Amino acid sequence: MAKSDAEARHGFALECRAVSFRLPSGAALVSDLNLKIEYGETLVLLGRSGSGKTTTLKLINRLLEPTEGEIFITGRPGSAWDPIELRRGIGYVIQDAGLFPHWSVERNVALVPELERWPEDRIRTRVREMLELVGLPPPQFAARRPSELSGGQKQRVGVARALAADPPILLMDEPFGALDPVTRADLQKEFRALALRLHKTIVFVTHDLREALYLGTRIALLAEGRLVGTYAPEEFLKAPETEARAFAASLHTGAGAEDA
Amino acid sequence: MNWYDFLLRYHGEILERSAEHIVLVAASMAIALAIGLPLGIALVRRRTLQRWVLGAANVVQTIPSLALFGFLIPVPWIGGVGASTAIVALALYALLPILRNTCTGIAGVDPSVIESARGMGMTPRQVLWQVQLPLAAPVMLAGIRVATVISIGVTTIAAAIGAGGLGVFIFRGVAMVNNQVILAGAIPAALLAIVADLGLGIVQRSLANR
Repeated sequence: MAKSDAEARHGFALECRAVSFRLPSGAALVSDLNLKIEYGETLVLLGRSGSGKTTTLKLINRLLEPTEGEIFITGRPGSAWDPIELRRGIGYVIQDAGLFPHWSVERNVALVPELERWPEDRIRTRVREMLELVGLPPPQFAARRPSELSGGQKQRVGVARALAADPPILLMDEPFGALDPVTRADLQKEFRALALRLHKTIVFVTHDLREALYLGTRIALLAEGRLVGTYAPEEFLKAPETEARAFAASLHTGAGAEDA
Repeated sequence: MNWYDFLLRYHGEILERSAEHIVLVAASMAIALAIGLPLGIALVRRRTLQRWVLGAANVVQTIPSLALFGFLIPVPWIGGVGASTAIVALALYALLPILRNTCTGIAGVDPSVIESARGMGMTPRQVLWQVQLPLAAPVMLAGIRVATVISIGVTTIAAAIGAGGLGVFIFRGVAMVNNQVILAGAIPAALLAIVADLGLGIVQRSLANR
């Protein structure tokens, strides 16, 4: 994906420069966002519902276009990318998984390699690898329909699909948000191990501080479309900002994931 | 005349009129599909226009069929007495269920599926053909099924403007005050409708269960 631009590798995987996104009504969902994301880090976008986390994610893969500012992806301005090419180089996992219900698990995972016209046998091998990677043995799961999977299994397929074409960047929008706490803990643990192994640049959206602390190499806190600050996980709980302290306080009430 | 003698005498004409009937239905459905499916797809993103077009199709649906046939007779090119006028009227009737179900079927596809399809880098055309249309197919087919059954019924009235079909028996039977002749048109028409409904119902279920 990174083309030939040598300078790109020296810069950042993702960089938001003064990015704003306004609705036609004038309401700003993201305001003047400046954020640099290094290659290989897992940056967690933390914030309440409506803080602009998901909007930021969609601005990165151009499902939305910034109304001001520019996002650089591997050093190249977003507006210079063909959106289709850009998205095929960025894995995308959303809360409901968004699997195609009329396709088998195997075909769902094969989606991007097929769009990219990989040779048949390479796709098949890759799909099997991916299913193994996310803990779904192919003989048992490849032929299933998404309707025959549990919530946790669907998310595993979603992750396998996002990783199938080996994109350098992965966007994850509350991927474990709809799961029961036990399944969620399992997937978080496995995903953390996976992230450490794969060296992807990951932008992970959540409103769950516990999850942010566990998975993030860095946490970017958003409130009302603005960046409050970025923190290393170990310094977040000592951060002085009001919003950071509100999140820190939520840890002790046991609310955790359910602040919305 | 008992039914045995009646059928002996009329079976040739019953088959002939049934064939005419099927041709009228098939031709009008072909036109309605050729217009309704692409138009319905084109209207998915154009909400205001969609309301207007569906409204217009709704109005057409409320015109009594005999009146619609009558209205079309003086229209140049498509009008006149005979099969072509009838086909135009029947196609107009079939248009609404096809259009409406195409629009609602596509609009009913889970937004998270569309979002992930776009987010994974499918082109709008790929999203339409590989995701939206296959997932909307059962609803679209339900519309086609309703349109076909309505069409088979309304076609009996097409005989009034000389289009032929099983309605010929019905109008003749009414004029002769002969129930046997009426039933010679009504029973095959009902059977056609039942067969079409069951057949398309099976296709619809197999699409839904894929």
